[in-house]
Amino acid sequence: MIKKYGIKQLSIFLENRKGRLLEVTEALKDASINIRALALAESAEFGILRLVVNNPEKAKSVLSASGFTLKEQDVFAVEVADEPGSFYKVVKLLTENDINVDYTYAFVGDAKKAVLIFKVPSEMLAKALEALDKGGVTLVEPMFFYD
Amino acid sequence: MWNPIEGAPREELEKLQAKRLRDTVERVYHLVPFYRKKFDEIGIKPAHIKSVGDLKDLPFTTKQDLRDHYPFGLFTVPMDQVVRIHSSSGTTGKPTVVGYTAYDMGVWKEVMARTMSMMNVGPGDVVHNAYGYGLFTGGLGFHYGAEEVGAAVVPSSGGFTKRQLLLMKDFGATVLCSTPSFALHLAEVARDEGYDLKKDFKIRAGFFGAEPASEGLRNALRDAWGLVYIEAYGLSEIIGPGVASGCPYGNLHIFEDHFIPEVIDTDTGEVLPDGEEGELVFTTVTKQALPIIRYRTKDITVLHRQPCKCGRTITIMESVKGRADDMLIVNGVNVFPSQVEHVLTKLEGVTPNYVIVLDKKGVLDKLEVWVEVDDRTFADGIGALESLKTKLQQEMLNDLYINVRVKLVEPKTLERSMGKAKRIIDKREAEGLKS
Repeated sequence: MIKKYGIKQLSIFLENRKGRLLEVTEALKDASINIRALALAESAEFGILRLVVNNPEKAKSVLSASGFTLKEQDVFAVEVADEPGSFYKVVKLLTENDINVDYTYAFVGDAKKAVLIFKVPSEMLAKALEALDKGGVTLVEPMFFYD
Repeated sequence: MWNPIEGAPREELEKLQAKRLRDTVERVYHLVPFYRKKFDEIGIKPAHIKSVGDLKDLPFTTKQDLRDHYPFGLFTVPMDQVVRIHSSSGTTGKPTVVGYTAYDMGVWKEVMARTMSMMNVGPGDVVHNAYGYGLFTGGLGFHYGAEEVGAAVVPSSGGFTKRQLLLMKDFGATVLCSTPSFALHLAEVARDEGYDLKKDFKIRAGFFGAEPASEGLRNALRDAWGLVYIEAYGLSEIIGPGVASGCPYGNLHIFEDHFIPEVIDTDTGEVLPDGEEGELVFTTVTKQALPIIRYRTKDITVLHRQPCKCGRTITIMESVKGRADDMLIVNGVNVFPSQVEHVLTKLEGVTPNYVIVLDKKGVLDKLEVWVEVDDRTFADGIGALESLKTKLQQEMLNDLYINVRVKLVEPKTLERSMGKAKRIIDKREAEGLKS
């Protein structure tokens, strides 16, 4: 399941310093990398930029070469109807199966659908995918994000 | 003058020093294997030491030696004669330990009473003591001095600035003991709180030490409080505060009937003549629990041996001009960069790439350690990074005895912002003082 539905996400450590976000996005633009989904977490002194891109391997090498601290990890994505209660249904399934959510972010795919990205502890990933699959939730394959 | 020896003819003083030195050398040679071995290696017997001039033939003792014999390996008395143990943070984890017998405590009280007597502190004076109490020798040293001369002592210790000001005013403090930067901090907070420093307070003398103070800082304190500035010098390895004290004429007198000073060339170890700048070395000649032979303080200064207008004949040292090592003084606490490195390397996964940044927060020192987060240490979570930071701060407080602010930075930020691999950025001097 992980092989089928695991999506490579890049997390980038950023100091809260003027121009730092610009430098990340510039490096990605110069390498013609398309950002498919993103979320930015922040504290008083630093932030973490999380990205799902069309070519994670290339993005990783470009950002590493530019001196960014990063981490690649598996997350998963589900597709839900863009209507009240969809997110609830997914979270409910995860909760019933005792799966902690580290963080989640979402974007609206097209007029009818929304895509939710979840990060769960790596040892719970397989269990989460199985539970959601069994519960009738549509899991999104990585091909949706990658080229 | 508390004790006439401070103004005795030099011959009399040197005779006393020679006798005490001979006793001390006999004592350490026969009671401490460390000294015996070192003396034997260079073929020196205690009988060789007849006068203070023979001191130059004895081997040096260093902070490393104290650490190698942690905790009590250099003590010359059984533990049942030790009545006090103090310690300062060590250079790489293990603290430096010093012990006192009842007799040593008497010596400490005596030299601190001499310090207090520089301004005739005595019955009727209220001594507000804002040096930290605890393992640090500063607080208790001044406490004993004030008690010994019969003054009332207010053991306020550090922190709680506003409450300290209230007590200083309401108790009618006449003497302030603290680091110079804390005294200036008190003055600034007092002004902000609406006190009229000269009307509301009666501070006539201040005993300031544990950190270097520029002439500008001294003048700022004189002006703010209307006090006479007395410099205090000491180090726990020798006894704590009370090794030397300033007089009202501004000369720093070494109580050399107890602690014999020398100044040496820090590279060659050669003794330098009076008037030449070098590393200060002390030999204690009355200490019982932890006598110490030719201890290298790493403090850079100059000695002068001429009588002072105050009537003292004992040796004068200039205010410490710097250090022969990389020790930093942060709000009166000694910190070695190696201690910071030690904390970082013992925490698994943390890169030892760091920079120490010293700055001022108001008039007080602020120490930041910038630690690089690399791909290995980067945990993808704000919480995980914050807890790494908190853990590092706790470990530093535990090992260094001071509050350190840890800042997590990106790799190569350090070289980028500093130009080259420089481990210590001290911005304190450049800032200057707020008047």
